[in-house]
Amino acid sequence: MAVRVVTEPVAIEPAVVTSRRGVLGTLARSLTANRKALAGLLLFGFFALLAVLAPIVAPYDPHALQFDQMLQPSRTHLLGTTGTGQDIFSQLVFSTRESLLIALAAGLGATLISVIIGVSAAYMGGLWDHVLNLFTDVFLVLPTLPLMIIVGTYLNNRGLLVLVAVIVITGWSYGARQLRSQALSLRNREFLEAARARGERSLYIIVFEVLPNMTSLIVAIFFGAALYAVLAAAGLQFIGLGDPNSLSWGTMLYWAQANGALLAGSPAWVLAPGLCIAALGAAFALINYAFDEIGNPALRPVKRRR
Amino acid sequence: MSYLIRRLEFFFITLWAALTINFILPRIMPGNPAQAMIVRFHGRVSPETVKAIEVAFGLKSNESVIQQYFEYLRNTFTGNFGTSVTFFPVPVGDIIKQGLPWTLGLVGMATVIAFILGTLLGMLSAWRRGGFFDAILPPVFIVISAFPYFWLGLLVLLLFALTLGWFPLGFAYDLTDSINLSWSFAGQVIWHGFLPALTIVVTSIGGWILTMRNTMITTLAEDYVKMARAKGLSPIRIMFMYAGRNAILPNLTGFAMSLGFVISGAILVEIVFNYPGLGFTLLQAVHSEDYALMQTLFLMLTVAVLVAVLAADLLTALLDPRTREQG
Repeated sequence: MAVRVVTEPVAIEPAVVTSRRGVLGTLARSLTANRKALAGLLLFGFFALLAVLAPIVAPYDPHALQFDQMLQPSRTHLLGTTGTGQDIFSQLVFSTRESLLIALAAGLGATLISVIIGVSAAYMGGLWDHVLNLFTDVFLVLPTLPLMIIVGTYLNNRGLLVLVAVIVITGWSYGARQLRSQALSLRNREFLEAARARGERSLYIIVFEVLPNMTSLIVAIFFGAALYAVLAAAGLQFIGLGDPNSLSWGTMLYWAQANGALLAGSPAWVLAPGLCIAALGAAFALINYAFDEIGNPALRPVKRRR
Repeated sequence: MSYLIRRLEFFFITLWAALTINFILPRIMPGNPAQAMIVRFHGRVSPETVKAIEVAFGLKSNESVIQQYFEYLRNTFTGNFGTSVTFFPVPVGDIIKQGLPWTLGLVGMATVIAFILGTLLGMLSAWRRGGFFDAILPPVFIVISAFPYFWLGLLVLLLFALTLGWFPLGFAYDLTDSINLSWSFAGQVIWHGFLPALTIVVTSIGGWILTMRNTMITTLAEDYVKMARAKGLSPIRIMFMYAGRNAILPNLTGFAMSLGFVISGAILVEIVFNYPGLGFTLLQAVHSEDYALMQTLFLMLTVAVLVAVLAADLLTALLDPRTREQG
């Protein structure tokens, strides 16, 4: 599980956007101009492509138990075979689908909750802000993995939906905190005063005036939450709280560990899925960090030393 | 003082939240864990234990939920956590007492090392903006922070224990030995703890480096740093006593608040290394669906994190006069 360092974020005054097209345009331009973001996007694109093309890329049926057990990597089996005689490379390729799906779904869910709680705390202010902020901090500090494990064990339902739900419930707080501080810095800006003076309803102001100006932070939070989801799902599946018959990288690691792959001399069975988890996570982390740099120009790398 | 009051409020509310989550979970979850447990125990369990299970899982239907809640709170504060299924008939409290020192020692040491090392490296990276460290460290640690703790643990195990044979494969000391206070035993503990600690340090240090770097970049632009430069103070002095010193407090707060994440990762590391701490116990509890043990573990880990957060808050209050003057 990645460490996420929680500091009071520096209140970055977001550039106020003048037109709707400007938001996405600026975003796309700064994304491709930033080298970390580009690397992250390429990695992410690679896995997305792999997920779509899995049946073409994978040489065998990932579930078929048709081969000898624990074969070493060779030309016919790029990464060898499992303890029950499945082709590891085919499993790896097909697992991209579920792992990616969990990351995106849980990332999206967690971001949604962060936005709702973080922005409404900042916008409503007063007692509401205090209560919601406290609520966020409580979730931030609770050790989430034991909580996830308990809920997972109770539910005894090892389905995908449960896994995603558990990750969402434990993963929204970090983003909510960041969003709250940015929304606070926006609250008294002139264009919001103007909207209030026009007599717009709060919901309208939040959705059409506040949120568009927070797009880059929201996207950053989405990738941060997706990173958390990748690692949390891998951890839960590794200790056997996923669906053991499903194909995903964490489940592969679970079976590798259960078969003592390292001691049995099949390191590829352990290395490959872990490397994929790390690479997908790195893709999200790079994009997330790039957004920090985009939002806060002071952090950008300097070319020459002064 | 209002800073301290707010932090104490946070401490107690979070503690209460953890206690209440523990109380509510078994009552809202589908299925009936208590019934399942009693069935499993059939015939070899004392009436008191049945009663304790019933209380813990809310089976005493003749009592109201409120009554059950207070009975649960009283049991928790008097250290009556019930009986473990995994290690039947050992009380849950005793199992926790065995595992807690190992986890606290491992995670505590690794976290302190990561914090000190990471803060120093972050300072250096911000100071030499665009230099070697600054070009290499951030991207490297962004990528490493995306590694699953347990996978890095497996990797380290493969390399240093299996292939090179420098370190043992797991556990906290030689199994032929028993716990005692001798130098050779202390050596064993360090030798066995090295790889798990290394894993935790490597995966968590990136966070400290990046935050410290980013906060320090902000403080380096402050007027008091310009003033210090203008006075002709030595760069080392400016780096540590002016820019670094002011950047360290946000890092300390962040340090405390993210301990929950570190603990979560450390649990998995313990599982990989068969380290006899709470994480490893948690895995055993999961395998035998030992709810009483699981929930107490969650509570204990939460309390450990909260105490650390409170300690960091007190330290902040001590070091930062602004928190003392006004909230």
